[in-house]
Amino acid sequence: MHVLDILEETYSALSGNKARSGLTMLGIVIGISSVIAMLAIGQGAQSSITNSIQSIGSNLIMVQPGAQRGPGVTVSAGRGSAKSLTSADATAIAQSVSSVKAVAAEVDGRYQVTSKGLNTNTQIVGTVPAYTDVRNLSIDTGNFISELDLTNATKVAVIGPTVQSDLFAAGTDPLGQTIKIKQLAFKIIGVTKAKGGSGFGSQDDMIFIPMTTAQRYFSGDQYVSSISVAAVSADTTKTVQADVTTLLLDRHKITDPTKADFSTLNQADIASAASSVTQILTILLGSVAGISLVVGGIGIMNMMLTSVTERTREIGLRKAIGAKGSDISVQFLVESIFLTFIGGLTGIVLGWFIAWVLNYLGIMQTSVALYSVFLAFGVSAAIGIVFGYYPARRAAKLNPIQALRFE
Amino acid sequence: MIEVKGITKTYKMGDSEFQALKGATFKIEDGEFVAIMGPSGSGKSTLMHILGALDTPTSGTYFLDGKDVSTLSDDELANIRREKIGFVFQAFNLLPRATVLRNVMLPLVYDTVKRSERKARAEEMLKAAGLDEDHFNHLSNQLSGGQIQRVAIARALVNNPSLILADEPTGNLDTQTGEIVLGTFQRLNKEQGRTIILITHEPDVAQHAERIITIRDGNIVSDAKNLHQIII
Repeated sequence: MHVLDILEETYSALSGNKARSGLTMLGIVIGISSVIAMLAIGQGAQSSITNSIQSIGSNLIMVQPGAQRGPGVTVSAGRGSAKSLTSADATAIAQSVSSVKAVAAEVDGRYQVTSKGLNTNTQIVGTVPAYTDVRNLSIDTGNFISELDLTNATKVAVIGPTVQSDLFAAGTDPLGQTIKIKQLAFKIIGVTKAKGGSGFGSQDDMIFIPMTTAQRYFSGDQYVSSISVAAVSADTTKTVQADVTTLLLDRHKITDPTKADFSTLNQADIASAASSVTQILTILLGSVAGISLVVGGIGIMNMMLTSVTERTREIGLRKAIGAKGSDISVQFLVESIFLTFIGGLTGIVLGWFIAWVLNYLGIMQTSVALYSVFLAFGVSAAIGIVFGYYPARRAAKLNPIQALRFE
Repeated sequence: MIEVKGITKTYKMGDSEFQALKGATFKIEDGEFVAIMGPSGSGKSTLMHILGALDTPTSGTYFLDGKDVSTLSDDELANIRREKIGFVFQAFNLLPRATVLRNVMLPLVYDTVKRSERKARAEEMLKAAGLDEDHFNHLSNQLSGGQIQRVAIARALVNNPSLILADEPTGNLDTQTGEIVLGTFQRLNKEQGRTIILITHEPDVAQHAERIITIRDGNIVSDAKNLHQIII
């Protein structure tokens, strides 16, 4: 049989019952488009989380104080509550651990901040100049905290863009203005560039002041809330993490590592933990969509079986005028492949469109992975063959005499 | 040429067996117009299926144009049907949603005839079968019974078969239309020398053939020239 003849037969058979062909195709369209859209949502969630983890800094190791323990007693307060890390620890890390790019200790607190008539409650980070290197922070206007500010414990502040919009009317230049943190006046010397992202502590909604200032006026002691260490490369983060742990254990005179009064977190670990969560999400969404695809495939099989029964006499006639079993099975197989092919293409376009709309309307960040398009297309072609094969075989095996007599 | 020697056909129904044909032997030369006549249940349909290469006999041989058809596989039978046999059915069996031309061209789809030649062949056959040219592009369900059967005849002719098998071709038609269709067969036989086998249970219909083979209970009971036709 000529290819053109097969296509012509397929077209006339499918267009003969447009409503049924359309509805059957709809099953595949829904299946494929949901696979594409769901995988795009999963992929989008993954990349948005990865991005926001990346925005914290690169090759980062976070050192946080451990739980506070009473002497010899096992009652512990929450992790991070202890005051066990000092700025001297940070200096020691910078000096004696190799492969460290920069170290920045910080003293955190949340306070009420006011400017002329406006006020907000935000995170105040007392830190050192190296903070910009460690946390990939860049300055939009003005300057970041200098070594001089640190030594003199000056009352200067660098604000994030969110803070700027919370405290100043649009169009006002905040540089040189004074804000009050906990009733103390601070002069604004810089504004950081927006990093975007939310969750995992948006750095756009922060005020940075010299660490010494924070210790003197707010916390009142020499302890720090956390130490961020940036390794020179991704490969060295593991060793740096181990070296930092050894150094601090040594400095804090702790012999049993399980009783450490601090904890270290590797950014890569956070990222992989987060991505394993989103992977589960993607798999979940994908399998729900996959189920609808299988349902669509069964719809095709159902339609093809009905069609074989309805066209029994036609099959008998075709056999009587010389069609072989293979001619008949090819015809039915092509019909089902054609349905899934068109349905699959429509589904890809629709799924892509849904992902785009979700993105465009800002409902959800999505990204359509090319692999999901190929996957969906391959699956739909496979469905056409798998679910079309049985009806096609059945048609091919019909006895022409009985088929011609079929009422 | 058709040469049938001692063919039998036995159907198994569970444990019991039913012998539909009990040893038929005859020859049909090229260009003959033969009626196979018998009441229902006589085995004439079974004989028609074997002659039409739709089925193979349980025993005996069937030579069509010198080729033994009685032992072929399904695919080989399909080739025989495609190349050598044209069917005309009682129930017409046209594709309802296709045009007249497409219906007539259908057997050529399974053949190696070039797409460009098909239409001309189909039109030629429709003219030979006596259908008006303005009906060629109608859908087949817009035609009358007589017109439909002439389309079916054209379809049977289109692959130039050595044998045309007409199974009760007038069974669904009124007498007058039936006469026209039978006249078409006679004309094709006389003018184009087509070999035609007409299967019927009606003696009146059988009278249109030149030779009548009568079959009853699986046996051929008579095989004679139709004197009525010879006189005319």
